[in-house]
Amino acid sequence: MIEAIRSAHDVMLERDPSVVALGQDIGYFGGVFRCTDGLQEKYGEHRVIDAPIAEGGIIGVAIGLGVNGLRPVAEIQFADYIYPGFDQIVSELSRLRYRSAGEFFSPVVIRTPCGGGIRGGQTHSQSPEGIFTHISGVKTVMVSNPYDAKGLLISAIESNDPIIFFEPKRIYNGPFDGDPDKPAVSWASHPRGEVPEGYYTVPLDKAEIVQSGEDLTIITYGTIVHVAQAAAKAAGVSAEIIDVRTLMPLDIETLRESVNKTGRCMVAHEATRFCGYGAELVATVQKECFWHLEAPISRVTGWDTPYPHAFEWEYFPVQRRLVDGIRKLMEVA
Amino acid sequence: MSKQPYLHIPRPTARPGEAPDFSYLNLSPAGAVERPPIDARAGEIEYLALGLVRVLDDDHVAQGPWDPNLDKDTLVRALRLMVLTRAYDDRMQRMQRQGKITFYMQALGEEAVSIGQGLAFEDGDMMFPAYRNQGLYIMRDTGLVEMMCQCLSNSRDMCKGRQMPIFYQNAKKNLFTISGNLATQYPHAVGWAMGAAIKGEPNIAASWVGDGSTAEADFHYALTFAAVYNAPVILNVTNNQWAISTFQGFAGGDRRPFAARGLGLGMPGIRVDGNDLLAVYAATRWAADRARNQGGPTLIELVTYRGGAHSTSDDPSRYRPKDEWSSFPLGDPVDRLKQHLVKLGHWSEEEQTSLEEEMKATVSEAWKEAVSYGTLTEPPFLDVSLMFEDVFAEMPDHLARQREKLLRMRGERS
Repeated sequence: MIEAIRSAHDVMLERDPSVVALGQDIGYFGGVFRCTDGLQEKYGEHRVIDAPIAEGGIIGVAIGLGVNGLRPVAEIQFADYIYPGFDQIVSELSRLRYRSAGEFFSPVVIRTPCGGGIRGGQTHSQSPEGIFTHISGVKTVMVSNPYDAKGLLISAIESNDPIIFFEPKRIYNGPFDGDPDKPAVSWASHPRGEVPEGYYTVPLDKAEIVQSGEDLTIITYGTIVHVAQAAAKAAGVSAEIIDVRTLMPLDIETLRESVNKTGRCMVAHEATRFCGYGAELVATVQKECFWHLEAPISRVTGWDTPYPHAFEWEYFPVQRRLVDGIRKLMEVA
Repeated sequence: MSKQPYLHIPRPTARPGEAPDFSYLNLSPAGAVERPPIDARAGEIEYLALGLVRVLDDDHVAQGPWDPNLDKDTLVRALRLMVLTRAYDDRMQRMQRQGKITFYMQALGEEAVSIGQGLAFEDGDMMFPAYRNQGLYIMRDTGLVEMMCQCLSNSRDMCKGRQMPIFYQNAKKNLFTISGNLATQYPHAVGWAMGAAIKGEPNIAASWVGDGSTAEADFHYALTFAAVYNAPVILNVTNNQWAISTFQGFAGGDRRPFAARGLGLGMPGIRVDGNDLLAVYAATRWAADRARNQGGPTLIELVTYRGGAHSTSDDPSRYRPKDEWSSFPLGDPVDRLKQHLVKLGHWSEEEQTSLEEEMKATVSEAWKEAVSYGTLTEPPFLDVSLMFEDVFAEMPDHLARQREKLLRMRGERS
């Protein structure tokens, strides 16, 4: 997925001279996760810009670059460190177009690695997407595979709306099925691991049905897409699994059709539960599909604690927890 | 023996009922501060941040190396714009008191900041103003009627009813949209300036904050990025002594001048008499010429005084002496420029009186027209469906549904 993200930058830096990237360590070094490797050498240090360690400054300056007609792609090294820039996102970036009645806008993309499963403890494991989906005026994306990562990032860079683009770092190098005892696998054998060269897009308002099924619908995104697939298999159920991809705006139609068909719904994410993004999914499904539901909608999420270092696999919604959740949901008569 | 621990709480020199005391203000005589060439090395001109650049002396005569030698037409234009700003403020303040608009903020006493600095820029330079820079919008011909319609949130409101009064914008004239969140515009200006340099375009950016807002993180981010990338930007601190009820010492202003905040980053600072239009213009022009010649950013502190309340929601008589402004040693910027013009033989008291009448009438005419486009309480009103537009470039489905629902509730859809 790293190569896919790098390729999306490469394609857009090549196609559009107004695209610039900025962030800590992204230039000469190519990024701590290598997502911009080689791009400064190719496009120069005025287009792939190393930035001071000041997330609020990076986002504030990116807004100014965007107001001056550029298309900035800002990297925040870890989502856990995005908060100094939160005021710039909430009070400025998201509302420039609205407050100026369309006279000003800034098409900033903020890319940031998120999520756990890498022994990152509470400062390198957070999933703060629900904080951003609550803001009017920004779109929020979380990717789950290399093909989507490239296509969605190109769409995001081309979009005239500000976009928070979450990249689950656990799946940078390969899918993760939620069993930490298994050896890591690469993207090579995954159907969405192959990434076409050159330009293509994935739409910013469409969920994807990852697999069709009849017994229940699992609505999820990011790393948990892969955990859900493995869990459904282990539980021996025919699950329809939906990767939401663009959390805001939400593709309600795809959710509605699926849950109306299966009658059972589980929502799963890594982030904490209380007021998490899953709560919006549950409320939406409840409203849209109430008369088709055969069981209460269930949620499998991270616990409502900070992300712990030692208890990583007790905190993370691992395969076993999803299997339990699926079985309980199927037991409701 | 060690001293007892003691927490220092800054205190202003005078509170209500006490005699105003500006002994804390470090003043240089007019003409005393040397004017370096625009390519001077930052380390050699640190004195600019510590002294006070002044041109007009106590007899209203221009003195010294910073005298910009502006011609009569420019000086009269500056005076007209300052008088117009004050007349506009006066009318809008009263309209708020009469309940016609919900809120207002005057620039009383600090008009020379926007007008003097504004004159030093090129049209293509991008301004990122703070909320007391209405003078910039006035001098760049935003139009009084348009500005009033914004304050009225009426059918002609440039912000389509989305902003409180005074949060103007004017993209055509390179004036950014004003934010209520303090200092957020500072990094925007730096980013814009970096963008101009990336594109190889000659224009520069400028932004303003107040003395209080220099405590915000965005102020420091902006200075760091501006210095690191040598961005063609002018960052201005309007030090009007008061941030609502806290005096400038609460932002650290009595430790070192705000102009010196960039010295640690190798960024030149200029502390300037903000009520001396000639000095304001000259300092800004110096910084603009420097920025246009790869000299990078300059931080300018404009020493002035907030003559009015912070806003119409504020009552300064509760925290500062009532007569503090009249004791301010740098006087009133309008009066000082007028006196200078009189001294030069270009102006008279009669002309000043008729100018003030003329501007009052101009503002009055504009107000009559503005209210003909409606007010918050009198038609014509804005179309309520505008509430849902411009959240995104294109309206997503969920907003379209919410708009339909609201219109149905109002009986405007079946």
